[in-house]
Amino acid sequence: MAGRLEGKIALVTGGTAGIGAGAVRRLSAEGARVVFTGSNQSAADALVAETGALFHPHRVEDAAGWAAVIDDLLGRFGRLDIAFANAGTEGGDGSVEDIGIDGWNQIIAVNQTGVMLTVQHAIRAMAQNPQGPTGSIIVNSSMNANRAMGNFVAYSVSKAAVVALAKSAAVHCGNKGYRIRVNAILPGVVETDMIRGVIARSPDPAVARAAFEGMAPLRRMARVEEITGLVAFLASDEAAFISGSEYVIDGATTAGMMGV
Amino acid sequence: MIAGTPRRLEGRVAFVSGGLRGIGLAVAERYLAEGAEVVLSDLDDPGSDHAGQTMARLGQAASYLRADVASEADWERARDLVRERHGNLHILVNNAGIELSGPVETMALEAWRKIMAINLDGVFLGTKVFVPMMAQSGAAVRGGASIINISSIMGLVGYNEISAYNASKGAVHLFTKGIAIEFATKQMPIRANSIHPGFVLTPLLDAAFERRVDEGFAEKPSDLIEMTAATTPLGRLADPAEIAGAAFFLASEDSSYMTGAEMVVDGGWTAQ
Repeated sequence: MAGRLEGKIALVTGGTAGIGAGAVRRLSAEGARVVFTGSNQSAADALVAETGALFHPHRVEDAAGWAAVIDDLLGRFGRLDIAFANAGTEGGDGSVEDIGIDGWNQIIAVNQTGVMLTVQHAIRAMAQNPQGPTGSIIVNSSMNANRAMGNFVAYSVSKAAVVALAKSAAVHCGNKGYRIRVNAILPGVVETDMIRGVIARSPDPAVARAAFEGMAPLRRMARVEEITGLVAFLASDEAAFISGSEYVIDGATTAGMMGV
Repeated sequence: MIAGTPRRLEGRVAFVSGGLRGIGLAVAERYLAEGAEVVLSDLDDPGSDHAGQTMARLGQAASYLRADVASEADWERARDLVRERHGNLHILVNNAGIELSGPVETMALEAWRKIMAINLDGVFLGTKVFVPMMAQSGAAVRGGASIINISSIMGLVGYNEISAYNASKGAVHLFTKGIAIEFATKQMPIRANSIHPGFVLTPLLDAAFERRVDEGFAEKPSDLIEMTAATTPLGRLADPAEIAGAAFFLASEDSSYMTGAEMVVDGGWTAQ
């Protein structure tokens, strides 16, 4: 597996858990030097020890803190090739009828504004790369960008918004003559520690697990590694003609209806 | 493949229709470089210079048969040959296709039926004939077997005076989603996805651009290539090898959770 991303410098937001931590592992394994952000210091310490990646404590919605993230990264490596805008939340979400303004604002701040800030700062950094403006930016959306959930209005809205953000950024880079690619991935349900926690805390874990597994025609959740393989592909030079795309990876969950 | 990386399709058998040129050839080359055995089909006589030279270059792990994708009997012959020679099929790339342009009101029904027969019937027949074998072969490998249907961005958006091509490629897009749900629902170990190339430097694009020059859309084909590059965010057309990269991803274990999906590879053309 080593080699495909040899010599590349990567940034992963929300890298301390779930798909983000998986991406830190996968990108590192393929040869990239990875800087990741987040706020769980103890989880970060373990991942740093495991992968040799670097941790910069930062929340994506903290606009003022972005300069330090990028300065630190460029100061150390002098370039940025890959950015995975992954950090996301669903805490405080609800239906459009019930959601509180604080919950709405926090989810939009992280999932939407945080992704915008990630893409913005990544493009600014990549535009200064020594061989000219090159790079690959991957936005972690969700299959719920295309199929909204009634009880997660802010999550559904923000995940749809960042698909348009990725496309706008891709077109902008084209307008500027940058060879910076921007794409979105739209995963289905992934068996992260967060989902395992939700299952474990539910009144009947077996029923909860069956419900999550039954969402996809494939009849199972994705493993984290099954998502990070797509991240690595889009990050690599193999995807050199791919920009402005949205790749669904959901075991056919949103391909249509399973029927009866 | 990328130098220094391991071969990731060792032990896999792939079938690529339309394999002697353009995207099909690039896909075959990539799969061979990753260690797969590849059977190619196309319309060329096996004794022709082009077929002979191409197969000599591809080497021992590749084999060729002449088959018309619109013929069910030809597909059955292809399946029998694959079964006899390899006993398995893990990867099916339904790639063969033709283009057709012109105003709808003067389009001959015969021409319409021909493009549907090749671009759409061909995908259906290849799938139909190989699915039983792929269900068996897929059970034995991580990530299952993989059907990769080459649609087009023209299967997602309309374009002036190529309505029949639009219709054929749009049908491939949804046929793929239908079979993906069907296989997954039955727990058959076959994934199905479509690739939607944008403008790729292939013989098919050359033919289409020459026709559009004849139709008065431009003075010469190179003008159309420049205009197309200028309207593509990445500022250029694709090399067939760049489509093969996506076809490799879908063939590999890395895409084990991807089914019923589409991979657009168009340099941002449809994003704007």
